[in-house]
Amino acid sequence: MNISIPEIWQILETVSDPEVPVLTVVDLGVVRKVEVQDGKLRVVITPTYSGCPAMNVIEMNIRIALAAEGYPDAEISTVLSPAWTTDWMSEAGKQKLKAYGIAPPVGAVVDKGALFAEPKKVPCPLCDSLDTEMISQFGSTACKSHYKCNVCLEPFDYFKCH
Amino acid sequence: MNLKKYILRQADNTLILGQRLAEWCGHGPVLEQDIAITNFALDLIGQARSLYQYAAEVEGEGKTEDDLAYLREAIDFYNVLLVELPNGNFGKTIARQFFFDAFNYYFYIELQKSKDQQLAAIAEKSIKEVTYHLRYTSEWMIRLGDGTAESHEKMQTAVNDLWAYTSEMCTPDALDQEMQEAGIGVDLQKIKASWDAKVKDILAQATLEIPENSWMQTGGKNGKHTEHLGFVLAEMQHLQRTHPGATW
Repeated sequence: MNISIPEIWQILETVSDPEVPVLTVVDLGVVRKVEVQDGKLRVVITPTYSGCPAMNVIEMNIRIALAAEGYPDAEISTVLSPAWTTDWMSEAGKQKLKAYGIAPPVGAVVDKGALFAEPKKVPCPLCDSLDTEMISQFGSTACKSHYKCNVCLEPFDYFKCH
Repeated sequence: MNLKKYILRQADNTLILGQRLAEWCGHGPVLEQDIAITNFALDLIGQARSLYQYAAEVEGEGKTEDDLAYLREAIDFYNVLLVELPNGNFGKTIARQFFFDAFNYYFYIELQKSKDQQLAAIAEKSIKEVTYHLRYTSEWMIRLGDGTAESHEKMQTAVNDLWAYTSEMCTPDALDQEMQEAGIGVDLQKIKASWDAKVKDILAQATLEIPENSWMQTGGKNGKHTEHLGFVLAEMQHLQRTHPGATW
């Protein structure tokens, strides 16, 4: 079978992240490689967090999407290294997150900081104010922290740098 | 060389501690901390899955991660005793977690240099998660230790109660040494120095005293456990033992 790699990427662009459905798996940066080996299609993905429960669903949804477009035999494998980072999230993905009400990751390093360091200034995704504060480092999913805006008073999720 | 047992030690550490933390789900003192603790549980069980998958592959007998988690007896679990101890109050859970995180953090930093590429990859992935954990538990040690008279007393009690279980993590045995010499395992003595410095620093900030040198409990790494592990396994393994092969 003649497999067109750009076409496969287009199909992957239609697969959403189950937890943050405005993002595709390509926006999120979890698709690491699409290749054809000995006539067999191979898609390599990487988890965002070790325990991310979305990963199994993502793998299944990729399989379903490829099968629906005529690629039922794709091999989908997982790699851990290099470890996923929010730097791999596309610019389009960051804009989609903000429009969805989730503040996109700020900066390029893990938000570890020093002990008791001031958390980063995260702009409110609703009113763009920088006068926000972290409520909790850990949010509704492993990839998010919980913030609130002191200007518009709305709580919001922040997709933390990782 | 027993690579499988070496992998299982860390896999069991993360699974059993993750299972313990999951007991807090819906019972945290406030919503944010309930969510934080269950986030920890999720990360740790995720790490355990990667490690079990690899252990099963190394064993080469066609077993899965589920077989290793659900179908082994307590005597075949190699986690350190610290992680199987009951949660106690929130402060005790934080102290247990802090002691383990301080180990886990330096353990994964060193394991990233392993000649074993899969172990190095798991470490590279996990260190990002554990960095958040250590920061969180360090902050809570200080907040509660240097808090009210009551929180201080509860934290000091927790530290005293757990202390005898802390040295096992960083004390190398023959398998640790063999793995280190092979370039696969980590140098536990190096980790011990980092662990000591971190614990000393945070406990000082928390106005908590490090207990006098005392008798140290060991055994978990070779399958000799406290009475508590059996209860953890009974709950965790119940479904697979009662309905073998059950799936979602």
